[in-house]
Parts: sequence; C-alpha cells; structure tokens
Amino acid sequence: MDYEAVIGLETHVQLKTKSKMWCGCANEFGAPPNTHVCPVCLGLPGVLPVANEEALRLTALTGLLLNCSLPPYAKFDRKNYFYPDMPKNYQVTQYDKPSAVTGYLEFEFNDSLARVRITRAHLEEDVGKNFHFDRNSGVDFNRAGVPLMEIVSEPDLTSAVMAYEYLNALKDILVYGGVSDCDMEKGMVRCDVNVSVRPKGQSELGAKIEIKNMNSFSGVRKALDYEIPRQIEVLKSGGKLIQSTRRWDDPAGITEEMRTKEFAHDYRYFPEPDLMPFQPTEAWLEEVSRRVIELPLARKRRFIRDYQLPAADAQTFVWDRPLGDYFESIAKQAKSPKAAANWVINNLRAKMTESGTTLADVKFQPPAILELIELVENGKISSRIAQDVFTEMFSAGESPAKIVEKKGLAQVSDTAAIEKFCDEAIAANPGPAADFRAGKTAALNFLKGQVMKLSKGKANPALAGEILERKLKAGMETGN
Amino acid sequence: MPSDPIDIKYVAHLARLSLTPEEEQKLAAQLGGVLGYIEKLKEVDVSGVEPTAHAFPLVNVTRADEVRPSMPHEEALRNAPAQANGLFIVPKIVE
Repeated sequence: MDYEAVIGLETHVQLKTKSKMWCGCANEFGAPPNTHVCPVCLGLPGVLPVANEEALRLTALTGLLLNCSLPPYAKFDRKNYFYPDMPKNYQVTQYDKPSAVTGYLEFEFNDSLARVRITRAHLEEDVGKNFHFDRNSGVDFNRAGVPLMEIVSEPDLTSAVMAYEYLNALKDILVYGGVSDCDMEKGMVRCDVNVSVRPKGQSELGAKIEIKNMNSFSGVRKALDYEIPRQIEVLKSGGKLIQSTRRWDDPAGITEEMRTKEFAHDYRYFPEPDLMPFQPTEAWLEEVSRRVIELPLARKRRFIRDYQLPAADAQTFVWDRPLGDYFESIAKQAKSPKAAANWVINNLRAKMTESGTTLADVKFQPPAILELIELVENGKISSRIAQDVFTEMFSAGESPAKIVEKKGLAQVSDTAAIEKFCDEAIAANPGPAADFRAGKTAALNFLKGQVMKLSKGKANPALAGEILERKLKAGMETGN
Repeated sequence: MPSDPIDIKYVAHLARLSLTPEEEQKLAAQLGGVLGYIEKLKEVDVSGVEPTAHAFPLVNVTRADEVRPSMPHEEALRNAPAQANGLFIVPKIVE
C-alpha cells in the first residue's frame, strides 16, 4: 500500500520592533543576561502591560502579505502554564480572536506553483531563555516579552522538501516586508511541525505527531525525512500511531518521544483582563496597507516577463533587492536588459564583493553601464577591453567613453593595422599556421589570440579572424 | 448546583498547590459554591446581549514603539532566590 504524509507548520517569528510587546525594554539580541528587563516583562505584581502598536501593525501587515482577512475585532488571552522561562506563569497570546485569519502563501515548487493555506497569524509574547547546568538551571529574561507572531498553516504540505520550500518562501516574504529579520542564528524563527501519514486515497487524517521547537529549516527537512518513513514503517508492520509529541535530536538524526506531562495541555485560556481588545480603524488599516510590498515571487515573475531575464538572474534580483532595484533603474532604457543584467550581476556585484563595498559606494552613475554596453555593441571597444573599462569606472567613477578616449582603448577596426598584426602573428607562429593549413581549424583561435595580444586587446576580434583566415588560405593556394 | 462535583485534586495540580485532605474538602465545598452561583447566572436570559471579554467600552489602547530604560540589572535580580553570571538560578529544569 502507498502512504502519503500530511504536514502542517506552526512558525514563530520575532517581530522587528525596537521595544518589547508590553513594555519599553529594548527588543535586542545579544545583551548581557537580564539587562533588558523591567517589572512588566519580569511579571512583578501590580504592573500593567500596554500593547506595542508597531507589533500590531506588523501582524496586520503579515496578514495582508499572506492574503488573510483582518477581523474587525481581536483580543488577547492568557495561556496558563508553569515553566521557569515564563515569570508570569501565563503567556499572553491571541486564542480565539487572532489578528489575521484564512489566507494563503504561494511558492514555486516542482516547477509549478504551490499554494498552502494559512489558518491564522496571531500575536503573542516570547519567553525567557533557559541555560542548563549540572545541578541547576539559569534564566535570562531579556527575550521575555519580545513580540512573537505565530503563523499557522493548514495541513497542505505533503513532503519534507515542500515544507522546507514553504518555510523559505515565508521567510523571504517576512524579510521583504520588514516584518522580521528572520535571523536563524539569533533564534528569530522557530517552528513546530505537525505530521501524520495515511494510506493514499484515504480522506481522514492519521494520528497527529508534533515535533516541537525546531530552530532551523534544514532541521525541519531532516526531521521530516526521518519521521515520515518512521510512521509509515509503524503502520506497515501492523502497528498503531497515537497522537504524541516528539523532539528532533539533530546529532543522532532521529526523533524521540517526549515525556509529556499528564495535564500539560490544559491551558485554561481566558481573556487577558489587563489588555483591551483591538478594533482596527479604517485609517489604521489604510496606513498598514501602504506598507504592503511586491512579494518576492511576484517580483521574480515580473523580472522574467518584463525584462526577459532567465529565472536565475531574476532570482538574484529577488534575493538582493537593492541590486534588483539598481538593475531596474537602467533596465527600462536598455536595448538588451539581459546584457545589463549580466554587467550588474557578473561585474558590479563581483566588484562590490571583492572590495567590500555596497551600491551606495559605487562611483559611477547607473546609466554608465548602458553606455559601456553601447560601446561594445557599436564595435567601439571589444568585450575584453570593456572589462578593463569597467574596472576603471568602478575605481575612478569616470564615464566609459572618457576612459576609452583617455587610455586609447578604442578598438582598432583599421584593416591595414590589423593586417600588420596578422602578418606578425603568422610569421612568429609557423607551427599553428601550418596546423591550420593542415585542417586543424582550432589553430585559428590561437593565432587570433596572438593578434589580440599584439594589439593589446584593441583589435576588432571578428575582423582579425577574417583577415587571418584569408591570409592563411591565400598561403595554401600559393603553396607557401 | 453543577452536575459534576469539582475535581479538586486536578484543579490543585493545575495551580501547583499541595493540599491536605482537610483543605481539599474545604476548598472543594467553597469552589462548588462558586460553580453553583455560575449555574444560577446561567439562568439569566442573555440572548440579546453581545458576548464581551471586557466590561469597559474601551479599545485600541496602545503605546508607540519606543525604547525606555530598563531596570538596573542588580535591582532586577535582587529578589532572585539565587543568581550567577547575571542569571536567575532555578532548580534544574528537566524536560
């Protein structure tokens, strides 16, 4: 019997705010322990939380980017549990009235467009960080109260690699929208994975197994690559799966069942009495919607369509948005946008990487790249010389035409001059000349290279080739 | 009165309270009284009343996203049962 996997993801993302969710402590990674804390985020008695308006905006913005509806009424609830990382003994979250519901996320998968439905996106608070020692544990509350958004997908994912691609697409959107930096190294994105398997064609779902606290996308992929065959194996051997929680052990490469406490899931949610409900006004929604950006996938498709770029180039301009914007600033005037893309990606980007600079440091104006392309297309300079001109443009910022003139780099299309170089090349290399006459046509390239060298790269290569060939063939006829 | 008597052991466990048998008996009776009152409230006809999470007609209470000074570090840790390297030290957490 064939089995299929059904996967849903709960993705937690730290929001890009300056301050925490309920207090003015800095939302900043890496500070010494317990230095970004105050009575509110330490859960001391008698304090009142006040919601960070930017966190509410970013959650609504996420809803818009994920094609969700934004309900007219949202509220916060207390989720009660005891754990040392949560000093209040409850986490404030949105239980039954979240900020965003029923959307979808589209991404490229297996050469087509996959659509995963989004159940909801809600706002909550992050918890402290635990450190485990031999005889006790330590807690740092700098992270407690950092705005955390949870994005819940429907169980629309069917494989480990699809889950991985979903997460990457989600991350791209959130980074693009300025919602979160999604820095995995800093723990800004964490994921709970729900996975079950069922015989193909069966409509009811199998027992749901949750893999908790994944902190990397590749970890999610590896855990699913292990867990899906494991579940299938259990069913095939006549076993039964029961709903449970597992943990991914990365070094061992396995998932293992967690000892879940008897009453662990009785959270006794109730409305947070200290926070008033949120009812977005039209003006507020309008303000948030002005922050909606073109989604990465839409941008990629537009670049392919409008500029006839290959998918790889378009993807480069999606990942490196400033570079893509730079390209776009000249692409509309470019006769060949593809040529402009080549210069921007292969030369400009390479030079910036080499010199550790950014677009802000580039000394020449963007249209100079178009001028340079023009010089090559008009036969004014060879494409090899164009590389040198670009290097000069990059270091000094002068216009390509000026550099060509100043350095005397203009291509030599003067037949007499090239004839002279050709004669010299043939005379200096009798071996390859003879090879060509004996039918080894590849020898022509060697001789052409010699002509380019003699002309210091300035000879028109096409012309040099023609003249060489004519001379060598003439030599054959006269028997020289 | 509620149909089911309150499971006092379960409720005490959720609140991490350890009760003596006498306390269990006393609190079960008291909480039972509270639930009985809730049952009485259920008799009120609320078919025309919108459910609400709050009694105050107040919404959208927010603050600007601005950083304000945190507590002095020493002050924050002053009530810690134990501390080391700037951390609150707690009994070993076992998952």
